[in-house]
Amino acid sequence: MTGSTAALGKDLIGLEPLSPDQIRVILDTAEPFKEITERRIKKLPVLRGKTIVNLFFEPSTRTRISFEFAEKRLSADTVNIGAAGSSVSKGETLVDTARNLEAMSIDMVVIRHWSAGAASFLAARIPSNVINAGDGAHEHPTQGLLDILTLRDHFGSLEGLRVCIVGDVLHSRVARSNIYGLVKLGARVGVCGPRTLLPARIEQLGVRVFARVEDAIRWADALNVLRLQLERMQDGFVPSLREYNRVFGITRPRLERAPKDLLIMHPGPMNRGVEIDSDVADGPHSVILQQVTNGVAVRMAVLYLLAGGAPHLAEAARDWTGA
Amino acid sequence: MTPTDPTVLMDGADVRRAVDRMAHEVLEKLGGTRRFVLIGIQRRGVDLAGMISTAIAAAEGIEVATGTLDITFYRDDLMTVGPRPVVGETKLPPSGLDDMAVVLVDDVLYTGRTARAALNELMDWGRPARILLCVLVDRGDRELPIQPDIVGRALQVLANQRVDVLVPDIDGKLAVVLSAVEPG
Repeated sequence: MTGSTAALGKDLIGLEPLSPDQIRVILDTAEPFKEITERRIKKLPVLRGKTIVNLFFEPSTRTRISFEFAEKRLSADTVNIGAAGSSVSKGETLVDTARNLEAMSIDMVVIRHWSAGAASFLAARIPSNVINAGDGAHEHPTQGLLDILTLRDHFGSLEGLRVCIVGDVLHSRVARSNIYGLVKLGARVGVCGPRTLLPARIEQLGVRVFARVEDAIRWADALNVLRLQLERMQDGFVPSLREYNRVFGITRPRLERAPKDLLIMHPGPMNRGVEIDSDVADGPHSVILQQVTNGVAVRMAVLYLLAGGAPHLAEAARDWTGA
Repeated sequence: MTPTDPTVLMDGADVRRAVDRMAHEVLEKLGGTRRFVLIGIQRRGVDLAGMISTAIAAAEGIEVATGTLDITFYRDDLMTVGPRPVVGETKLPPSGLDDMAVVLVDDVLYTGRTARAALNELMDWGRPARILLCVLVDRGDRELPIQPDIVGRALQVLANQRVDVLVPDIDGKLAVVLSAVEPG
């Protein structure tokens, strides 16, 4: 399989291992899925007869529902498993859970896990396609893809686009997937947040670090505002929520001082009045709800590409492009 | 697969004559209803639908609504051939398809599987009053019980030969060509 082929291989673990062409193929494939909601029957027969297990070891509303919508609109049968109320809470290991599912003939697993590496660990041990829906502070590839798709919708091209990620980059898998994907597609990425919430040596990922949010706003074309995870308060990363808002909050007065209008993104769920103010989140330049809409389209594209995507089929898929 | 020695079966003038006749057949069958739409199957069916629409406008001075359909997600061979990465646009009239007569236009009719997929997709968009299948070339060898209503030219073609319709926007010229497909 060469880097330019359509197939993604068996799994989607992160954006770091993907080639720029593979990322572009996912984004391009998401386009036709956007119009599915205009149809009378909002369903395509692509995954008819496939069984998908959504294995969520961590609470999630948006991502789980988005995946479930995508799966159902592609006609797959879905089973949702949460950590509470399943045998996971009785101490079963991840692999045992997955092997038991395999024994019931499943085709794909969407996994959200608190531990970085869980998705790739699982992918190496079961024959089903595995999609990472967030593993610890590692990656959340479909969120990265939907953010990039939303940026591409608005700016047309990502080449040279300046995107700044603001907030808790240290604990954020969303930030990592965004950085890997955006850098591969030629965008310039900045990060901004309290030094305690920026990973050491983050510059090595090819990003620019801003200590002051005012500088980031002056530099950027778009801001991706991360949620300040409130549990970080207890861990002493930030002194107080009010201080965080005062120093790093994305507020209208701050944005009004910028030389141009910035596109505002947020992966949700938002803490209004902490990392982002309501009049910004609901303002004319916010695309937060479009991110949610694009999320379903991107996940449909990933499911579709993985469903037929055994590597040896990549050749055949490429022949078709010219047909 | 390398096609060799393409033979021209129809040149540009032949295709235009066939398209003119097909346009008149469409009018003959549906002209009275006036509520019909030409839908081209991506990619070359789209060009042909445009040509038929132009021919209808020239003959009767009426504007016919046109649309495009990409049947990729309705194919029955995703699991054997793998996903097709480039998907064309599906664009149907904003008024929908309910109670409309639909003329489904494609370049070559062969196994019938594309037409089957297109029919399923149209049903998910609405409930057309009737659907006609209109193709420039019918090369026979159907694998499904599907027959065209309007045909530009019917051909007998061997299984190891392929028929391609060339259109100006994609291929730089208008023609129908026959080529041999080398085994393997």
